[in-house]
Amino acid sequence: MTTVAEAVATARATVERLTKVKRLHGLLTPTTELRKSLLQQAQAAHPSGVLYGMPVVVKDNICTLDFTTTCGSKVLEGWRAPYDATAVARLRAAGALIAGKSNCDEFAMGSSTEHSAYGRVLHPLDKTRVPGGSSGGSAALVGAGAVPAALGSETGGSVRQPAAFCGVVGIKPTYGRVSRYGLVAFGSSLDQIGVFGRSVHDAARVLSVISGRDPRDATCEDRDPLRLPTVPESLQGFVIGLPKEYFPAELDPAVRRACDRAIRMMRELGAAVREVSLPHTPYAVPTYYVIAPAEASSNLARYDGVRYGPRFNGATDLRSLYRSTRGQGFGPEVRRRILVGTYVLSSGYYDAYYRRAQQMRALIAQDFRNVFDRGVDLLFTPTVPSPAFKAGEKLADPIAMYMSDIFTVTANLAGLPAISLPIGRVKGLPIGGQLIGQAFLEDEMIEAAYALERVVPATDEA
Amino acid sequence: MSPPWETIIGLETHVQLRTKSKMFCGCSTAFGAPPNTQVCPVCLGLPGALPAANGAAIGLAVRGALALGCTVHPKSVFARKNYFYPDLPKGYQISQFDQPLATDGTLSFLSSERGVVNAGVVRLHIEEDAGKSIHDRFPKATAVDLNRSGVPLIEIVGGPDLRSPAEARAYLQTLKQLLEYIGISDCDMEKGSLRVDANVSVRRTGETALNTRTEVKNINSFAFVEKALTVERDRQVALIESGGAVTQQTMLYDSKENSVRPQRSKEESHDYRYFPDPDLPPLVLTPEFVAEQQSELPELPGAKRDRFVASYGLSREHATVVTATRAVADYFETVAKTSAEHQAAANWVMTEALADAKDHNDQLRVSPAALSQIIGLVKGGTLSHQAAKRVFAEVAAKGGDPRSVAESLGVIQVADTNVVAGWVTDVLGAHAPEVGRYKNGETKLMSFFVGQVMRASKGKADPKLAQRVLEEKLAS
Repeated sequence: MTTVAEAVATARATVERLTKVKRLHGLLTPTTELRKSLLQQAQAAHPSGVLYGMPVVVKDNICTLDFTTTCGSKVLEGWRAPYDATAVARLRAAGALIAGKSNCDEFAMGSSTEHSAYGRVLHPLDKTRVPGGSSGGSAALVGAGAVPAALGSETGGSVRQPAAFCGVVGIKPTYGRVSRYGLVAFGSSLDQIGVFGRSVHDAARVLSVISGRDPRDATCEDRDPLRLPTVPESLQGFVIGLPKEYFPAELDPAVRRACDRAIRMMRELGAAVREVSLPHTPYAVPTYYVIAPAEASSNLARYDGVRYGPRFNGATDLRSLYRSTRGQGFGPEVRRRILVGTYVLSSGYYDAYYRRAQQMRALIAQDFRNVFDRGVDLLFTPTVPSPAFKAGEKLADPIAMYMSDIFTVTANLAGLPAISLPIGRVKGLPIGGQLIGQAFLEDEMIEAAYALERVVPATDEA
Repeated sequence: MSPPWETIIGLETHVQLRTKSKMFCGCSTAFGAPPNTQVCPVCLGLPGALPAANGAAIGLAVRGALALGCTVHPKSVFARKNYFYPDLPKGYQISQFDQPLATDGTLSFLSSERGVVNAGVVRLHIEEDAGKSIHDRFPKATAVDLNRSGVPLIEIVGGPDLRSPAEARAYLQTLKQLLEYIGISDCDMEKGSLRVDANVSVRRTGETALNTRTEVKNINSFAFVEKALTVERDRQVALIESGGAVTQQTMLYDSKENSVRPQRSKEESHDYRYFPDPDLPPLVLTPEFVAEQQSELPELPGAKRDRFVASYGLSREHATVVTATRAVADYFETVAKTSAEHQAAANWVMTEALADAKDHNDQLRVSPAALSQIIGLVKGGTLSHQAAKRVFAEVAAKGGDPRSVAESLGVIQVADTNVVAGWVTDVLGAHAPEVGRYKNGETKLMSFFVGQVMRASKGKADPKLAQRVLEEKLAS
């Protein structure tokens, strides 16, 4: 695409496609606002950009000058950021069109997008099911073919898990690969902006554009943007590890079949495959549910009703302003995590919870280093233990909901890059396979994903 | 007999670092701008904004730590101090907690009671300032100004080493002098760039254990330090003497009433839930960086004072006065070096120069070269001391070369014996009775005659020459 006319045509077509899938409730941006903005963006976009005219949906917890940024929360209803997140600014600079803001679990806390204050997102293939979460809106819209790519965010699997559920590609980069400036913080030491794509290539080229050093984020590594690898002929020379803790006996048989098929294909492509062990894996979810809420309890302290966001009923003095804002502005899952986080950081409990969780986190990261140090290049696992579950199925049981992140939280805890790609279906529902790479070696991971994507029958029953 | 009560004081001092921009964003730190005009997403704590540490502020903090003889740690950690307050936009303050920038320093100051005291500096850490709540601007409402939000501070925690309110004042003055010398802060209490809280307890003389302490806050002017601490000490002593006990609490000083009142308990007893700030990697300082900061340190006031005593023969008291600020010390030293009249230079600086500066915004208006010349003119007998003061004032006000100024003022001393003899003859003729008394042995009248000659000459006569001529004439 090289001309303004083509970009404008794409903008119009994008609005049409997004309007067609309105019933999914994946997009929070009203259609009229979206149309006006997209046409303006198409007129203004610089034709020399590598993503010129490419529509990209952005998760609603990433700040954009266009559209509101609500994080799926009442506490930020109507809030317009006065700045673009670094990732968004880079998309614009590359000529991409910001195609609205996608629905998500409130402040990215959830695994089903049922915890959005603005209503749940439907699975693009089965409206009775969830699209996963927390970036469920982005995943559903890419899965429905409305846009080629979308930004999401990850704290414990919020890109990979919905990507697996919706049958699309989802990449969580190494911690520090993409600037977090403008990503509304949940668990700062775990958060990374991730990307969804119809294909590995769509996701990877968006990732390449948004990656690279940013002086405004002190945790962003001083590195050049990611360079895209070429599609390899084979997996000759790759050593793929299969961590046995990720293939438990109770794993859904269809998920296991799909994984076995993918593993066989990687072998056929020339990869050496061997079983490995990450012994601290069982502690990952509890560790995550100490560290992430602890950081969230502090990160979400700023929503006090003083400077922005709506005023709720009953605010007559400072304390009642705090109470009404936080009591009515936050949903139950957010309140639950703030309470947990406040508790684990409290004096007298800090050592027992937060400090121990940090120690366990270090052991989990060491598990990965041990495996990589022994010559393994990449790990292959199922992304989620099961396909998309029914809406409402896990709402009453937070622990069951948390366990759906069991195979994804480890990469966040260890700061490693990981990708989920579709590797088959069970009863029509997509199954995702995950490759976990070494820190800042996204190029190797993407190379292997290219190879696997070419051969795996992603839409066939496993 | 020693007094029955001993006071134990430790000061926690917050010092604003002299940087152009804030600690974690690029906003200006200039004082006095209209409310909420020096703000950005970072210091407003907007969703998604992240802090990036200001390297210049870190350099200044390290210089402060080095000047206080602290151990500067190669690795320190920024931590979040969590509490809710309307002028704290993120709901937490970025500070340092269990791994501060520096620890274990000393500040030596002169106590009027105990001589030189080496007070301990327990720790020095970097933090960001909060905004300002303004309660008296709008009726029934509090306004928040976030211009100050994110301004870089260091907190200097002193040990419980001060023994009286006067010592607390002396400590603070010495600290202020040191920080101004090294140029890391304006240390202006009225503008809030230096703030002090005090931990105070009392014990009977001879006791060694520390008793329950209170923290005195809201001491917002230099003049109130001693007053506030005296009030609190007296309150504690009276309380214990009447059979009560001190409870650990925060006391707020009211300068209008010169009294303290306990802060409402609702306002305190925070659990700050400190934890390492995940947005900021540990602060790692290379030995090269620390060495560079060390090399940026000027001669410190104590060393300078000692050197002035040794090199210029000044008394310790005079040396203390002329080293009070770096500007005055540099001024004195330039004058002293060019005039070779060290004591005269000190005298001029301590009197005329400082008095003039005090009335003119601390500006030393007479250049060191000009003052040096004035001193030379006095020494050479060209100017009387009185005339020299007039010349100094004139040069201060209008500038110019001192000799030309003296000439145009007509105050050059007359050293011509014939001319002086003329004035002497006139004076003696006009004061026959005094001449008689002098000749009868009342020789102390000499100064009267000299004065009269000076008067007759309108200050132009060289007083030494006048005296000699007088002595000759009166002897005949």
